Amino acid sequence: MVRGMAILLIMQLLGEVISRGLKIPIPGNVIGMGLLLAALGLGWIKVQWIQEAAELLLAHLALFFVPAGVGVMVYFDLISAEWLPIVTAMVLSTFVVMAVTGRVALRLDRRRGADDR
Amino acid sequence: MIDELLYSPLFGVALTLACYALAQKLYVRTGSIFFNPVAVSIVAIIGFLLAFRIPHEAYVAGGRLVLFLLGPSVVALAVPLYVRRREILERKVPILLGITAGALASILSASGLAWLLGGSREVILSLAPKSVTTPIAIGIVEKIGGLPPLTAALVVLTGCLGAICGPEFCRLIGVRDPAAMGLAVGTAAHGIGTARMLEVDRLGGAVSGLAIGLNGLITAFILPLIVALFL
Repeated sequence: MVRGMAILLIMQLLGEVISRGLKIPIPGNVIGMGLLLAALGLGWIKVQWIQEAAELLLAHLALFFVPAGVGVMVYFDLISAEWLPIVTAMVLSTFVVMAVTGRVALRLDRRRGADDR
Repeated sequence: MIDELLYSPLFGVALTLACYALAQKLYVRTGSIFFNPVAVSIVAIIGFLLAFRIPHEAYVAGGRLVLFLLGPSVVALAVPLYVRRREILERKVPILLGITAGALASILSASGLAWLLGGSREVILSLAPKSVTTPIAIGIVEKIGGLPPLTAALVVLTGCLGAICGPEFCRLIGVRDPAAMGLAVGTAAHGIGTARMLEVDRLGGAVSGLAIGLNGLITAFILPLIVALFL
């Protein structure tokens, strides 16, 4: 558990070093995810070392977003002044993205001859 | 003394965990997707702060600690990807093109609709990366010139929406394949959508986690270009 947590944090740290050092617009944690995936694929890190820590964090993934959502209260004034564009764009765009992504993936998968039920 | 405690991380962390634990219980008890634990917790915490006239700055000290765990959690998404690598590699073409199409659709529809309805430049720019996970969206918005904390909040609200009705909407439009559904929900609703997909289907959850990272990467590259061209 502690070993897994340490590995995850070290990967994130390495990702931050790369992100800031090379001034890439991609955050360190995403680069860290790529590094961990590569290390797992190369066999440098065994999946058992990190499975417990990863499963614990992913089981509560949604919780970690709560504080950012609470930040909406700071912008109540701006949001109430521009509620129509904000709410409409956010809601419709979310459905557009799901429809486009899902249908494109399904069409390409089907062309390949896969069964999509 | 009360002020000192309110501004210590203890208060924010305790409030967040207590609200989330209660919200999760409500979600399990009612079995209703509309009681999404993230959405309910946000409403409860804001309600609590307003009711007791506690400023948002007091909550931030603890909020930051909870948010900190988002970092290693994003790294941890490599685990389901690695475990499911064969099924994912088999579908690499539909996955890559599906996410690319979704990322473009997200930027164009969010900023286009906000522009059509008369949104200010700040709001349009803050909305553009709304489907990208919080840390990436904040980085992008800092670069293109929106309001990062507003983006963070809009990203979370988008995530709640996708988590609440994503899988149901996908079934409605004929996207029943678990990988395609995970791709759609992860691209539209990042980590909060992925949390829901992990409950719905294991492969769908893994693909959804992949979509968080790839949508973030693609948007981080495309959005600054689109802003330079059109705005």
